[in-house]
Amino acid sequence: MSSVAVELPPNYANEEHTIGSWLLTRDHKRIALLFFASITVFFFVGGFAATLMRLHLATPQGLLQPSVYNRMFTMHGVVMVWFFLIPSIPTTLGNFFIPMMIGAHDLAFPRINLASWYVFNLSGLVLLYALVMGGVDTGWTFYTPFSTLYSNSYVFAAAMAVFINGFSSIMTGLNFVVTIHRLRAPGMTWVRLPLFVWGIYSVSLVMLTATPVLAMDTVLLAVERFIGVGLFDPRRGGDPLLWQHMFWFYSHPAVYIMILPAMGVVSELIACYARRPIFGYAGMTIAMMSIAILSFFVWAHHMFVAGISIYSAVVFSLMTYFVAVPSAIKVFNWTVSLHKGRIIFDAPMIYALGFVLLFTIGGLTGLMLATLAIDVDVHATYFVIAHFHYIMVGATVSAFFGGLHYWWPKMTGRFYPEMWARFAAILTFVGFNLTFFPQFILGYLGMPRRSYTYPPEWQAWNVLSSAGASILAVAYLLPLFYLGWSLVWGRRAGPNPWGATGLEWTTSSPPPKENFERTPVVKLGPYSYDPERGSYITQDGVRHA
Amino acid sequence: MYQWVPFWPRTAALNAVVVNNLYIAELGVCGLIMAMVVGMMVTFCIRYRNGSAASRAGLAQKTWHFEIGWTTATLVAFLVLFVWGASIYIWLYKSPPGDIEVYVVAKQWMWKIQHPGGQREINALHVPVDKTIRLVMASQDVIHSFFVPAFRIKHDVVPGTYETLWFKATEPGTYKLECTQYCGLQHATMKGEVVVMTPPDYAGWLSAQGVNQSLAQQGEALFREHGCSGCHGLNSTVHAPTLDGLYGSLVHLQDGSVRRADERYIRDCILAPRTFTVAGYPPVMPDFSGQIGEDDLMKLVAYIQSIGSQRVSR
Repeated sequence: MSSVAVELPPNYANEEHTIGSWLLTRDHKRIALLFFASITVFFFVGGFAATLMRLHLATPQGLLQPSVYNRMFTMHGVVMVWFFLIPSIPTTLGNFFIPMMIGAHDLAFPRINLASWYVFNLSGLVLLYALVMGGVDTGWTFYTPFSTLYSNSYVFAAAMAVFINGFSSIMTGLNFVVTIHRLRAPGMTWVRLPLFVWGIYSVSLVMLTATPVLAMDTVLLAVERFIGVGLFDPRRGGDPLLWQHMFWFYSHPAVYIMILPAMGVVSELIACYARRPIFGYAGMTIAMMSIAILSFFVWAHHMFVAGISIYSAVVFSLMTYFVAVPSAIKVFNWTVSLHKGRIIFDAPMIYALGFVLLFTIGGLTGLMLATLAIDVDVHATYFVIAHFHYIMVGATVSAFFGGLHYWWPKMTGRFYPEMWARFAAILTFVGFNLTFFPQFILGYLGMPRRSYTYPPEWQAWNVLSSAGASILAVAYLLPLFYLGWSLVWGRRAGPNPWGATGLEWTTSSPPPKENFERTPVVKLGPYSYDPERGSYITQDGVRHA
Repeated sequence: MYQWVPFWPRTAALNAVVVNNLYIAELGVCGLIMAMVVGMMVTFCIRYRNGSAASRAGLAQKTWHFEIGWTTATLVAFLVLFVWGASIYIWLYKSPPGDIEVYVVAKQWMWKIQHPGGQREINALHVPVDKTIRLVMASQDVIHSFFVPAFRIKHDVVPGTYETLWFKATEPGTYKLECTQYCGLQHATMKGEVVVMTPPDYAGWLSAQGVNQSLAQQGEALFREHGCSGCHGLNSTVHAPTLDGLYGSLVHLQDGSVRRADERYIRDCILAPRTFTVAGYPPVMPDFSGQIGEDDLMKLVAYIQSIGSQRVSR
């Protein structure tokens, strides 16, 4: 605690100070920080909408006008999905650490990386325009014909924001795929890649292949809304369900875009803080790749009650069970990775364990939703809301915060305050469960989603949920303060404060502009921890006691 | 009846009992898996916390036999749940011929119900207990979804087609009817109730509505009004397919396909006759799309259905 406010050595962040050196940077680390700034803004915009919704739902009468409530849940969905969850881990932690973990000096296309950030912000501006002008009231799913013929809101602008946003996704995905294929350091074979790199690799493939479909969807939606071609209008020979097929063909894989990087992060955290190799490395990579592939064949499980053929529903249900198998394998592997470890309960590990529990609850309730007859009952109720928040918020955001804390000393050269961080991690877990567990009960009771009011007898569960949301809000705000504090007053961190094995820990903290003084040579796989002796070997082959 | 904190929905229909049992079973399976994961996690976290004296020797190097083991186990368990869920789903969604057929029109933001006897109601559905009720549903504008939590049944109502759903209520009472597909501003208030009555109460309710024309009779009037009878009537000279006995039969179309003449087919034929020209007939029928509202369309369908079943019963 002695060395407070010691000046940092020259590094990527303090080498140049001009605004231009940030806005025109081609350094993946600086771009990662730019993305951090953007998605943090959107996280709090989306969070603000969520806060208003939970405040509103604390009583059956509510606070907001129905039209405002409908705009709030739409804004919450659009912002959180496209402007926070999808870019969250890939564009920040991925951008910063993928090159460092594979021993590269930058991403393959630094300019495209920067362009991706500008495109992302452009799409954000278009979305803000839609919000400021009067918002959108269709829900983030834009279901036709409501969105094309009946909604009196800024659907076109919102659709264009999503359209533009997709290009940022594609550029980032493309960059990662090429980087991971072409820029691995000598000795960094595919089976020596850390699981985080595998997570980002699999997700980049999904981004590259699924997002163009989203572009087509939003263009067709805009065309239909403006010109009225009749694609989705039954009175003109169109089919409203066509939209749902096309939308979920992107948006189901998008769910995996949100969770696969998180799975990668958590694998890093568990190995490092359990001080042992991850259990079943090969199984973990195969599981991630199978999830990425199978994610394309389950989209119609969002449509089991929409009037699709009964027999196609049966096939999609079966495929959904199949995609659950690799997810289950991952949960088992993470859990067994604790066996015979030397477990340290630092904040990132608490986040990681929280992730595993929340992901398991989300996954198991996903299993229930995959069961056709149960889906008929709970589809479009709060049961579904609770389920996907467990995965997309509970799990993904926990992993994001866990990874952020874990890599914080590397990014900033300073420690975060451990006790505050542990407190925030535990608070996140408690607040999250209090917010969303009651929603499973509400869902089975039959409370429909996207409703601004509900019968009075359901108030108790809603109050619990709103109370939990306020705890969760505190848990999400806390890091903003203590991490900000640590930027200036945090204790100085050495190159490898956690004793981790990845290449990113073999260079100084914060890393120099070119990441490594010399290109590292990789000698072995990613998780050479020895819990028996308490030693570990970093990937460049150096043994540490 | 009223609980301060309801925890479990009521189970008031044959469908609900079956789905509820599956739900309980699956909760059990999921609870078991969760307990296993939590149990392992807590045990390991305590036993292998940093600083504990437990031996770390002999860390498993070969892991594949464990992984194959639990992959197979989960796959088998999942397949059992899949088959169970799918078979119930098929049973839920393959509508049997109902004892009573009720027509439902969804619109922003109300449920309009038409009974076969010609009774109409809004945001309420009165049915007798222990009878199979078959719903034929249409939407006038956007997608809605018909949901009765106490019966565990739900189906989207998509504009442009008919959807069917059935249930058999087992307990008299009043149950929530909801719209679960977001349908615009007042989606949250698009609610109603299903009133399940004993047969005498139901009979009393029907007669108290003071309706003297059944739905099919109202349809017959429309059938003449719109000029349908000019061609499809029994003594018409125009070469048009007869509608007597049509309902439920197989129809060969000009394009070579064969369709079962259900409500959906009859609706399609009225609105887009050229797409569904019957084999051996000239494509001369005018297109009625945009001219007949969903309510009237249902009356016509009910009428055509009635002359179909008349012949069957003869």
